[in-house]
Amino acid sequence: MRIALFATCLADAMFPRAAQATVVLLERLGHEVVFPSGQTCCGQMHVNTGYQREALPVVEHHVDVFETALRPRAQGGDGVEAVVAPSGSCVGSVRHQHAVVARRMAEQGRADTGLAARAEAVAAKTYELSELLVDVLGVTDVGARYPHRVTYHPTCHSLRMLRVDDKPLRLLRAVHGLDLVELPDAEQCCGFGGTFSVKNADTSTAMLADKIRAVQTTRSEVVTAGDSSCLMHIGGGLSRLRVGTKTVHLAEILAGEGWEAAL
Amino acid sequence: MTTFLGMPGLPVATERGTLRGPDTFPVAARRALADTQLRKNLGHATSTIRAKRARVVGELDDWEELRAAGAAIKADVMARLPELLVQLEENVTARGGHVHWARDADEANRIVLDLVRAAGTPDDPVTSVVKVKSMATQEIGLNEALAEAGIAAVETDLAELIVQLSDDTPSHILVPAIHRNRAEIRQIFLDHMPDVDPGLTDEPRVLAMAARAYLRRTFLAARVAVSGANFAIAETGTLAVVESEGNGRMCLTLPQTLVTVMGIEKLLPTWRDLEVFLQLLPRSSTGERMNPYTSMWTGAPRTSDGAPDGPQEFHLVLLDNGRTATLADEAGRQALHCIRCSACLNVCPVYERTGGHAYGSVYPGPIGAVLTPQLAGMHGHGADAPAGGDPVDSLPYASSLCGACFDACPVRIDIPSMLVHLRAKHVETAQAQRRVPGLPASAENAAMSAAAWVMQDAGRFSFAERGLQLGRLLARDGRIRSLPPPLSAWTTSRDVPAPPAETFRKWWARTRGDRS
Repeated sequence: MRIALFATCLADAMFPRAAQATVVLLERLGHEVVFPSGQTCCGQMHVNTGYQREALPVVEHHVDVFETALRPRAQGGDGVEAVVAPSGSCVGSVRHQHAVVARRMAEQGRADTGLAARAEAVAAKTYELSELLVDVLGVTDVGARYPHRVTYHPTCHSLRMLRVDDKPLRLLRAVHGLDLVELPDAEQCCGFGGTFSVKNADTSTAMLADKIRAVQTTRSEVVTAGDSSCLMHIGGGLSRLRVGTKTVHLAEILAGEGWEAAL
Repeated sequence: MTTFLGMPGLPVATERGTLRGPDTFPVAARRALADTQLRKNLGHATSTIRAKRARVVGELDDWEELRAAGAAIKADVMARLPELLVQLEENVTARGGHVHWARDADEANRIVLDLVRAAGTPDDPVTSVVKVKSMATQEIGLNEALAEAGIAAVETDLAELIVQLSDDTPSHILVPAIHRNRAEIRQIFLDHMPDVDPGLTDEPRVLAMAARAYLRRTFLAARVAVSGANFAIAETGTLAVVESEGNGRMCLTLPQTLVTVMGIEKLLPTWRDLEVFLQLLPRSSTGERMNPYTSMWTGAPRTSDGAPDGPQEFHLVLLDNGRTATLADEAGRQALHCIRCSACLNVCPVYERTGGHAYGSVYPGPIGAVLTPQLAGMHGHGADAPAGGDPVDSLPYASSLCGACFDACPVRIDIPSMLVHLRAKHVETAQAQRRVPGLPASAENAAMSAAAWVMQDAGRFSFAERGLQLGRLLARDGRIRSLPPPLSAWTTSRDVPAPPAETFRKWWARTRGDRS
């Protein structure tokens, strides 16, 4: 399948390994990955902080870029069949927020009335990594080996906005050599919440403290998740406290041990 | 569709009150987070209720259908509120009750005070009333208004009584004294309950019996009771109160005069609709299949030969207090669907750590964060001033948007989406108030505008990424331990990894650039 990668702004700028591993993994599975170079960001930070007017041009830009990617090559597009992002939160924003912003802004006379429908069309073809693998490509065993003790944190937006359910766990269970340990109170938020982590830093830190305590009870070497943002938060705490457990994006595990050699 | 109920309601007064606390959420939360006893009490209580709720909800294979039915009935009520309220008034009046309409807290308090005074005589005035736990009367500050007029209001719900005796405020919708443990409760009884046995222990049963003895004396002397209502049935004029202790039923049946204060959104169209809500409410709130006491009454009840059966006089006070303003906002009106079960509080990771007082409103937790700003009105400042802003304006930001509240809500109120909506309303209000035309309303606004400018163009974005890489200079051993404000709020407790040597975009261009 020909698939467009939406790397997300955070992975592009700060956590390129999550996006690189996604490329390496999909190519190893025999798919063709394209990276529409005009892409930037889904605009979720703006929307969740209340700045929908400012988010509008970002949303419009995202829709333009991926609408083009999804258009057949004969019509000047990239002819991709799906868009994938290594983030439940950014896909959640594309799927659940873009049309909402478009409609609100259309009501205020700031956006074109057709934008919401165009955003919904792009969203319908946009998948979080575990959704793409399990639902669209129909694989759970991606042929990876990762001989480490790992615990999985289900990120809030992948769990409750996208309902990825146990797809990431099914993928992890099929990884050879991986010792998967259940995380206590796994479904509790890590406390990131975007600008919440700064605006309500004390509460955010209290939530993080409990998440770190849960991670520590698993005695894992690695905590993994489908979102670089939540991993940045959990990892920021683990690093500050020198816990010794590291954060690794789900894509990097699925790409398998030694995937960096393919870079 | 916009629904108007006669006079369009205005957001109520903006000064401190039962909906607007003294501090913004971040400030109040910081204080609460430092309280070890509070953290322990809350963590224990919420996890216990969460487990109970999960168990009884899991028993029903039609739970999702029940939730959908509850949401649909409430949406119907909001769409037809004016006609249903008139229908309720007609039916209550036809059965011998009296209906009063109160635009705001002051009006409601005045109506109740006049009714209490009218129940006494110049020689024998009413000096105290008994109360069933009621959010609506907390919202209007009725106890304080009665106290000013020399009338004592005695709370008869056990937890509410604990809160009242210790001159505290409730911190949870359903379990107002959730922040107290039994040792603390024993001390409160010893210090404040009249005629209490000095040998009181902290055994739950002993504490309950002490409260029971005190309350029985109170009930038998009471001439007036004030209640809230869980539901009102438009088609019959019936009011319903659900509770666990039976103290509510004492209030509803013993005194001569019963005054019920109810928010106008508590309506259900038909008797049949109760079937849905009497399943949803107890399972969501106390984690029980059925609540021990469900009291229903219609007008001023009479026996078959016409003699009073229960209160001789019944008055229903219908309260607006910001509700019609909430109803007018299509994206916000779902907050009025709330049946006050408090399931969202018990699953909220923020509430579990800060407790209810941090919200500064009688409505705490996730539902409070969407209901309070709509009832009380937002000022539009405080967007980036966590310490100096308006307490109510800070509430829509008191959430990580984790979505646990939406999943738990028995009437499917999409609280995360409403929080995002209210944040947008707040920012738009702030922008409309900007002091210098053309300039952004705040430093945060300027930063967000700049980020939006960068993020709508890949060229600008990759240029900004180059700037970000200067961050590598701040890093030691691959991590950054300290950043300037406002990002210092992050690095106080968390590291930031050093930016990578090569962005994804550059790597792609270098390795696969010829492809796309």
